[in-house]
Amino acid sequence: MLGQITSALIAVVVAVAAAAAYFAGSNWLLDRLVGGASPARDRAVGRIRPWLFAAPALLFLAVYLVYPVYETLRLSFFGRNGETFVGLANYAWAFGDGEFLESIRNNIVWLIVVPTLSTVFGLVIAVLTDRIWWGNIAKSLIFMPMAISFVGASVIWKFVYDYRSAESTQIGLLNAIVTGLGGEPEAWITLPFWNNLFLMAILVWIQTGFAMVILAAALRGIPEDTIEAARIDGAGELRIFWRIMVPQITGTILVVWTTITIIVLKVFDIVLAMTNGQWDTEVLANLMFDWMFRGGGDFGRGSTVAVFIMIAVIPIMVWNIRRFRAERRD
Amino acid sequence: MAARRLTGGRIAVHLAVLALVVIWTLPTLGLFISSLRDKDLLAVSGWWTALSSVERRDFARTGTAADQVERDGRYVIAGNLLEGRQGWTISRFGTKVSAPGEFAAGNPAPLPGGGEITVERDGDYAWTSAEPFTQDRGRRILFVAEAPPHFTIANYVEVLTSEGIGQSFVNSLTVALPATVIPILIAAFAAYAFSWMRFPGREPLFAVVVGLLVVPLQMSLIPLLRLYNDVGTAFGTESKGYVGIWLAHTGFGLPLAIYLLRNYIGSLPREIIESARVDGANHYRIFTRVVLPLSIPALASFAIFQFLWVWNDLLVAMVFLGKSEGQIVLTSRLRELLGSRGDNWEILTASAFVSIVVPLIVFFSLQRYFVRGLLAGSVKGG
Repeated sequence: MLGQITSALIAVVVAVAAAAAYFAGSNWLLDRLVGGASPARDRAVGRIRPWLFAAPALLFLAVYLVYPVYETLRLSFFGRNGETFVGLANYAWAFGDGEFLESIRNNIVWLIVVPTLSTVFGLVIAVLTDRIWWGNIAKSLIFMPMAISFVGASVIWKFVYDYRSAESTQIGLLNAIVTGLGGEPEAWITLPFWNNLFLMAILVWIQTGFAMVILAAALRGIPEDTIEAARIDGAGELRIFWRIMVPQITGTILVVWTTITIIVLKVFDIVLAMTNGQWDTEVLANLMFDWMFRGGGDFGRGSTVAVFIMIAVIPIMVWNIRRFRAERRD
Repeated sequence: MAARRLTGGRIAVHLAVLALVVIWTLPTLGLFISSLRDKDLLAVSGWWTALSSVERRDFARTGTAADQVERDGRYVIAGNLLEGRQGWTISRFGTKVSAPGEFAAGNPAPLPGGGEITVERDGDYAWTSAEPFTQDRGRRILFVAEAPPHFTIANYVEVLTSEGIGQSFVNSLTVALPATVIPILIAAFAAYAFSWMRFPGREPLFAVVVGLLVVPLQMSLIPLLRLYNDVGTAFGTESKGYVGIWLAHTGFGLPLAIYLLRNYIGSLPREIIESARVDGANHYRIFTRVVLPLSIPALASFAIFQFLWVWNDLLVAMVFLGKSEGQIVLTSRLRELLGSRGDNWEILTASAFVSIVVPLIVFFSLQRYFVRGLLAGSVKGG
């Protein structure tokens, strides 16, 4: 075990040394071989150097993200081993497949519920904690789940949802509360449709902290005098919240919303760990992973499912790029 | 503010925040408390009862014939059933498994093998018989007792050794350390180029980076799996391994790294870079001597992000690492335990806590950098 850590540390040193050697070496070579002799050659150095700086990053991006996006698109038109062209057969299969349609349905519910609840909770908590002296401690605690892995969170919540038959003592918090109030215990995560909401609660629990931190920073950015002015005019706190605060941070709310939307589209760990798509809880990301390995792996169908996730992401991607460009023009 | 006094509205705010904090922390607290409880208690009572004493059923053995003494013409084996169980109080006891609480403590009970036994509340027992004892094995006495709250690290010892969590912890570190460090330098150079160097295609290329920020990993997995298999076959090596996952995490982490660092490096005062230019320094010197040291806070922010991301990742690990003891990381192991040991909450809770303790430490000790990174990554102009 110690040897393994040592080799990881050696890998760190070797990788950093290699990167440093590349950057130092290539820039030194550039100055030696091209630069110095004349203004024209100095300009050439100026043209080449940016590419030396960016090359490793661009190479990684090309190999690990750009090429795979193209390749996944291509594979979605091919059969299970990626060798026979099948045209639109995978897409036709998808729209006739019960599991796929169930995933689409569930993903839509996830997309509505999780970003909405996380953003609303985040905003409410950001506003409330701003007014109390122990607000930072409260925020820190609500933010904590952000550090916990989705699998870890799944264990935490599976324990909350734990079910024992009605005769035995409930050790899951939720069923203990339900039976304490006189209700019947339920096996929450096998309850079709509603179980989806119990899985979503886990992601809301994790993402609310994110929304809260970003929105709290935005709220602090609102000029104090606009709020003071409204107060002097006799506006109530709720009115100030809706009429002064929310309009001024709409942009940030959208950013939070879309960021969580992206996370929701990729949600995989929670579903895999909690139900693995059983009891009508399948989602696209888990279905994709499933097809990637099912029966030795069906790369065509797996890719097709991935393409659907990508299609859902594209509007947000375009919006992000446009926002970025608008910012650059400012 | 004038409203410093505790008005009804302010009390409501305090209570609302308190309720939210409780809802948000209780699940994790329950996991932590449970991981420290006896496993047989954990299975029969809720973790919120951990601090109250509980009724437990247990058994102990009496002494053997060797322990007998003769007293007033009768033979007696005496001792204490609660040895090693501090603070327990026996309420009832029994001699048959079918009736563990047949007799009240303090009352004599006949033993099927002969003689009678009396068990006191503090565990003292006396087994008397007119005939000499001959057993060379103690008899089993069952009892119902009030046990005080008890916490133990036995669950942790078990998962760290026999459930392989210890090995997985090392595997997770093996993945996370290089995967956190490798992207930093690569991204920093690229971020500088995107901020302060002029080259054709700079804006469109950076727009691509912004676009890649949101590309779902699912789009990358199948092609990379195929690519890794091909590379493995071509070089006759294993296609799943640490080098592969280090590089994969580097690739996947780079868009955010470049984006964050460009936001930071691009917002450094122009005068710093220009005055260095005037002094005749080239971009390589400016970057390594001036910009890189100034960027340490941003590098730290990204490093925390990347470390948490890699440590908590399940998807990439499941695709690019094998399931052997030497490769399975904590998240993968936890997911396997959820399947194979789904009812053994002592194992699940302790394992889960081991897996979340490192991110929690990183998070609470470096929260400031983490928040700064979050803000720079998502708020306009951050």
